[in-house]
Amino acid sequence: MTNPAAGPGPRLRLDPTRCDGAGYCAEIVPELVTLDDWGYPIVTREPIPDGRVLHLASRAVAQCPRVALALTVEPDRA
Amino acid sequence: MISAPPLRDPAESTAPRRLPTRPTPPRLLAGPLLADGAECFASHRTRLGRRPVGGAWLLDVIDRSGLRGRGGAWFPTGRKWRAVARAATERPAILVVNASEGEPLSSKDRTLVEHRPHLVIDGALIAAESVGADEVLIYLSRPSRQATQALRHGLRERRRAGLRELPVHLVHTAHRYVAGESSAVVRRAGGGVAKPTFSPPHPSEIGVDGRPTLVQNAETIAHVALVARHGDAWFRERGTDDAPGTTLLTLSGNVRFPGVYEVEVGTQLADVLEAAGGTLSPPGGVLVGGYFGSWLNGPALDGARLDPSTITLGCGIVAVLSRDGCPLTEAARIVTYLAAESAGQCGPCVFGLRAIAETMTRIADGDADRGDRTRVERWMAMVAGRGACRHPDGAINHVRSALEAFGDDLDNHLAGRPCPGSARLSLTPPPTRHRGWR
Repeated sequence: MTNPAAGPGPRLRLDPTRCDGAGYCAEIVPELVTLDDWGYPIVTREPIPDGRVLHLASRAVAQCPRVALALTVEPDRA
Repeated sequence: MISAPPLRDPAESTAPRRLPTRPTPPRLLAGPLLADGAECFASHRTRLGRRPVGGAWLLDVIDRSGLRGRGGAWFPTGRKWRAVARAATERPAILVVNASEGEPLSSKDRTLVEHRPHLVIDGALIAAESVGADEVLIYLSRPSRQATQALRHGLRERRRAGLRELPVHLVHTAHRYVAGESSAVVRRAGGGVAKPTFSPPHPSEIGVDGRPTLVQNAETIAHVALVARHGDAWFRERGTDDAPGTTLLTLSGNVRFPGVYEVEVGTQLADVLEAAGGTLSPPGGVLVGGYFGSWLNGPALDGARLDPSTITLGCGIVAVLSRDGCPLTEAARIVTYLAAESAGQCGPCVFGLRAIAETMTRIADGDADRGDRTRVERWMAMVAGRGACRHPDGAINHVRSALEAFGDDLDNHLAGRPCPGSARLSLTPPPTRHRGWR
C-alpha cells in the first residue's frame, strides 16, 4: 500500500479506537485537525514542518484525555 | 470455464441440483461427490498422495505461482509469507487459518472445510512449516458445526494413521461480519474479542501471543496444498497472469441453481450464470464481491469477467438481482446491517455508517428529502479511511457503487417514486443481528 503522504517529518497519528471525540485536538491545532459532523477528529496525513504548528501538535498529543494521538516519524501503515 | 457442480445455496434452499453445462476438472473440489460429505483421509491420500513437507523452498514456489489471498483482498500470498518468515527467525510463528467467513452471502470456505478437510489441514501444515510456525489454529465461526466436526474427525484420522504433525487447534468466534478481519482474528485467537485493532504492529510481526502470525484464508491454504504438490507452472495453467488459478464462488439470488462453484479466475460472468442454470427472471443488476463489493448493471454486465484486477471480486460472491427487485433497497438493507455490525470502536464508523444507512433507507423508501443525496455523498467522503479497519470503507464502496450503477433508479427514488419492487426482497436478506464478540 503506498501512502501519498509518506516522507520525512513527523505526522500526527490518531488511534480511532481510543478516540471518543473530546475534541481538544481540534481546538489546540486547527491547522492539522478538523472535526467531522459527529465531533470526531479528521487528522491531516501531511508531515508537519518544524515550528509553531509542530509545537501545538505535541501539545494536542499531551492534552488528549484518551491518549489517542501520537506524533510519529514512521511511515503510515494505514 | 466452469469446473464444479453447485453445492449448496447459502440460504439453504431446496432448489434442484444438476451438473453445470460445461464442466472442466475442478481442483479444490476434485474428488468424491460433494453429496458424500467430508472426504476421508484414506481417499484424500489415495487421490493426492502424501503431502510434501513445507520449508523455505516453498516460498519461491508460492511467489512464482502468483497465488493471491482468497479471503477478499487478493494480496500476494508470497509477500505475506516472507514477512512472517523474516519475523519468525527470532521466535516461532503461528499460523491462523481463517475459515470464519463472516460475509453472509458467502459459503465457500464452509463448503471447502466441510467437504475437503484434509486439503485444508495439509495446506495449513505445509504453510506453517514454510514460514517457521510451530502451531496451527483454525479459526471458525461458532455456527459452523459441520465444519468443526469435519476438522475434528480429520485430525483424529491423521493421528490414527500414525502421522506426527504440528499441533492443530480449533478456535471459535461469534459470527460477526468483522470477525474475519485479520487483526480481529489475531485478537480473538489470543483469547480476546473478535474486534479489529489499530495497527501497527502488523500481525506478521506481533500477532497471537506476541508471536509473528500468518493469517490466511482457508481457500488460499487449500490452494497451497495443491501448489506444493504440483508446482507453480501447474497452478498458472488456469486463471489470469495477474491472478492465476481457480477460485470458489458463491452464487445466489436470481439464478436457477445457487451454490458454490469453482471457476478459473477471469471467467466471464455470463458463463458462470449459464453454468448456474441461467437466471430465473431477467437480471436487474449483479452484486459482485459481497457486502463490501460492487454492483454491476447495464453495459457493465456485458463481457464482465470475474477478475480481481477489473472488479471487486472480494471473496467470490455473485448475487444476482431480478429486474423487479430494487437495488437501492438491497443496498440500504445491507448498509444498515453493516452499520449494526460495526465493532463500535471508531466514532466515524459508528456514527457515519449509521447516518449513511438511515439516509439510504429514506432514499430506498422514496422518503428522501432534497439534501439527502448530497448528504450521503458528503458522509461517504468524510468517513472513508478513518476506521481502524476497512469496515467503513467496504460499506461505503457498496453504497457508492449502488448509487453509480443505478442512477436512473436513484433519480426516481429521490423524486418520491421508489421502484415498484422495493418491497420485494430478491437477494438473501442480511441476517438478523448477531450477538457477542467471542
